[in-house]
Amino acid sequence: MAVSYAYYPGCTLKTSAREFDESTLKVCKAAGIELTELADWNCCGASSAHSVSPLLGLSLPARDLQTAEALGKPVAVACAMCFHRLKHASHALGDAAKLKQVNQVLGKEFRNTVKVEHLLTILGSNGSSYQVTKKLEGLKAASYYGCVLVRPKEVMELDDEDNPQLMDRIVASLGAETVEWDFKTECCGASLPLSKPEVVVNLSHKILRQARQRGAECVVVACPMCHSNLDIRQKAMKAAYPGFQEMPVYYFTQLMGLAMGFSAAEMHIDKHLTDGLSLLKSKGFI
Amino acid sequence: MINTVTILPAAKNDLRSFVEKTSGQKLLRCYQCGKCTAGCPTAYLWDLTPRQVMRAVQLGLKEELMRTHSYWLCVFCQTCSARCPQEIDIAAVMDSLRHLAILEKRAPAEKEVALFHRHFLRLVHRFGKVWEVGLGGLYNLTSGHPLANTSLLPAMFARGKLPLLPHTTHNMEEIRNIFKRAEELERKSAGPETGRKA
Repeated sequence: MAVSYAYYPGCTLKTSAREFDESTLKVCKAAGIELTELADWNCCGASSAHSVSPLLGLSLPARDLQTAEALGKPVAVACAMCFHRLKHASHALGDAAKLKQVNQVLGKEFRNTVKVEHLLTILGSNGSSYQVTKKLEGLKAASYYGCVLVRPKEVMELDDEDNPQLMDRIVASLGAETVEWDFKTECCGASLPLSKPEVVVNLSHKILRQARQRGAECVVVACPMCHSNLDIRQKAMKAAYPGFQEMPVYYFTQLMGLAMGFSAAEMHIDKHLTDGLSLLKSKGFI
Repeated sequence: MINTVTILPAAKNDLRSFVEKTSGQKLLRCYQCGKCTAGCPTAYLWDLTPRQVMRAVQLGLKEELMRTHSYWLCVFCQTCSARCPQEIDIAAVMDSLRHLAILEKRAPAEKEVALFHRHFLRLVHRFGKVWEVGLGGLYNLTSGHPLANTSLLPAMFARGKLPLLPHTTHNMEEIRNIFKRAEELERKSAGPETGRKA
């Protein structure tokens, strides 16, 4: 039985994180999860709207949620940042006074009855049935969740705030091994890459350094912002921190796709700035 | 940085009233344990640490606090909020401080961070979605860092990660109205706590 969702890709999945969008769509289709892109969606406001105007920070995601509500479908989100803003809006609008204010801003009625789920939950739940045809045996991965996917726990309703396991279980189901490490939910520098790139390089390099110390050969993520900070800044990390060794960073959907029989090209492994192909070749996966 | 302190009675503490109203947090619950500072990934750059920011709000040190870099450097990772033993959403407090600074049109101590947010929202207002090339371009042109991040561009373009043209939401009238009404309502309900003393 196909499960049907209104899919909210978010801005970066259509641009710098296209590989996350395309791997998500292919993997879900193969797993019998029907994703229909939400019609005429807008930006969730991400890191900026709530930082400068709380009401705008609630109203932008509320417009998207209202569209899904009218369709009567739950919302599936891949981007961790968008997921955070949509869940936060759902939670905050449980307050009737705030909902009334947001409806005034939207100029239409939103009842706040729509359910929002992250792809990790959708694909990692017991009901999901993806077929692993090519086990990723011998691959050691560090699952990196970042900040906003799991915090605050009572709003995100995803997993533990300090030691989440959802992505680890998915990666393990593919035949790969996940390492125990302390930086699963440490911050990568979030929205500072334009304004404070040196902070991002510092924080992200610490994450990759510990992943390597704990024996990981790659990092797996579910957030385009984390991916960007960890992947595209590795040259700068090498320059700033002698001895730093590059490490591939994959979206969890890319590894799922490879294990489900898709090719490296179909999963767009070549779209990363840090080489992700050599490791997979050396393991005989591609 | 702060030498002498005048402690204001609660009724005159406009800063605390504003932050409590907009963040929904009870600021006097903070007993200064410092777990927020211990877990904060960017606290090494803050002039007042997260713990000190909480104290400054309790004491109503508005002018001193508004001048700091601290709240602009918060990346909203919410580690502080998750760890606070008094269950204060400290990240929401930082949001309120940014909001206050913007409502009062204060010059931000971290102008680059504020500029990023302004351009980000300008693009959402214009297109309904973020346009990354536009965001980088606007930022570089206005920040005084014209070459920031440009070394990454060839590799990003080669991988098709940065489309030159923006994606847009079709019903832009709805998006513009959301921005307009949100600002109007927020200004109307900002109350007497905002505003700078002459």
